[in-house]
Amino acid sequence: MDMAKVIEDVAFNILKQAVIYLPEDVKQALKKAYAEETSETGRTQLKAILDNIELAEKYQAPVCQDTGTIIFYVKAGAEAKNLDKLEEPLIKAVRRATKEIPLRPNAVDPFTQKNSGDNTGRFIPYLNWEIASGESIELTVMTKGGGSENVCLTGMLVPGEGINGLKKFVIDAVIKAGAQPCPPTILGVAMGGGSDIAIKLAKKALLRPLNEPNPNPEIAKLEKEIFEAANMTGIGPMGLGGKTTVLGVHIDYAYRHPASFPAAVAFNCWAARRASAQIDADGNVEYLTHKMRW
Amino acid sequence: MAVYKLKTPISEEEIRKVKVNDVIYITGTIVTARDQAHRRALEYFKQGKALPINLEGLAVFHCGPVVSKEGDKWVAVAAGPTTSTRMDIFEDEFIKNFKVRVVIGKGGMGKKTTDAMAKYGAVYGAFTGGAAILAAKAIKSVKSVEWLDLGTPEALWIFEVEDFGPLAVAIDSHGNNIFLDVAKKVEENKQKIYQKLGLTQ
Repeated sequence: MDMAKVIEDVAFNILKQAVIYLPEDVKQALKKAYAEETSETGRTQLKAILDNIELAEKYQAPVCQDTGTIIFYVKAGAEAKNLDKLEEPLIKAVRRATKEIPLRPNAVDPFTQKNSGDNTGRFIPYLNWEIASGESIELTVMTKGGGSENVCLTGMLVPGEGINGLKKFVIDAVIKAGAQPCPPTILGVAMGGGSDIAIKLAKKALLRPLNEPNPNPEIAKLEKEIFEAANMTGIGPMGLGGKTTVLGVHIDYAYRHPASFPAAVAFNCWAARRASAQIDADGNVEYLTHKMRW
Repeated sequence: MAVYKLKTPISEEEIRKVKVNDVIYITGTIVTARDQAHRRALEYFKQGKALPINLEGLAVFHCGPVVSKEGDKWVAVAAGPTTSTRMDIFEDEFIKNFKVRVVIGKGGMGKKTTDAMAKYGAVYGAFTGGAAILAAKAIKSVKSVEWLDLGTPEALWIFEVEDFGPLAVAIDSHGNNIFLDVAKKVEENKQKIYQKLGLTQ
């Protein structure tokens, strides 16, 4: 068995699954929003979104023309072999996916403004590493749209304001973002750690399915409170007004320095694209979020 | 909420009937233009040079499509809208000079564009952000492409479309702008939200 080839194929497959088929929890949340939205204009937008999701599946085409920046999350078993050789097959998979699916080339050199044309470049695709026990590798891909990325926010709040400071920070961010991130959006929120840690945790929180609130009931309560508050803004689907502004809120945290209260909000557009698979030491693959359809 | 099926070229009289919250579908010709194409078109006008296509009565689409070339023919694979606010600096002159009747995009446009739409007779049709396949399926053919030197996202793509939509009319030719109305309401709601969350200003 050629492990590098297995990894490349799995990475290609989860990329293809992610950009064409939205996760079931996101589809369900959009259907629920369509049923409950009272703004007529808002409903036209949700209907178009649902129709578009169906068409993307039917024609096996990317659900949005902005196929995003490609980010991998690798949960590697400490006993897994050849982890130092994992990056190459992932890059190969991205190049292949760009050509074959196809994906829009979205990797630009910030100095020369030149587009690499294949979605790869320095640090792109970006790899987030986590070491777990065992010998299998869990691979997750997120393709992150530019419109929702442009309104992500990190802030250093006043520790004395506590959680209230966080609530205000998030609501203000949602209001300022308005129509830009293609609402209804999903919010990843994090506090503590440091400025870098907060935004990293916030973005990773976007991987959690919408029907899974935080296991800590206190945090789950805060998630619900912010979710309801964000939907009171009236921004609505695509910013055209309505009660569906966010589909869900996921919160994570790290302990903070006594003098600092870092906070971060990561936005994901309704086209919240993610997919995962697990590869064991013998090269057996289990797709965790999507069924294999080809 | 009325639904209108419009055929290009669209007359000023026809477009003035359309009001905010209506839904329109367009059949005929739409032309993509982003930042660079807007800039060049206005430069051409200033120099008295003709554009590659007469835009009068047509729709301009803020879009950088994913296209593929099959043989010698271009095909639009995915063609959702891009954020329109970037074109706000050009759009009033664009409407005035070229007499486009519909501007298609996402995220809305500001006061200056709204005023130009009222003065010269045009509407803004919001196409659902991300609904790229819905858009691509309404594009029956790529009639031609101009200004490819600007790069494929920025070029003028001239599309033959059938029932292109739904486009939610968010700015009409009577000074109404849903996005500005929503922003006003959101600002009012903000106080209620702060109260509910137990926050002070």
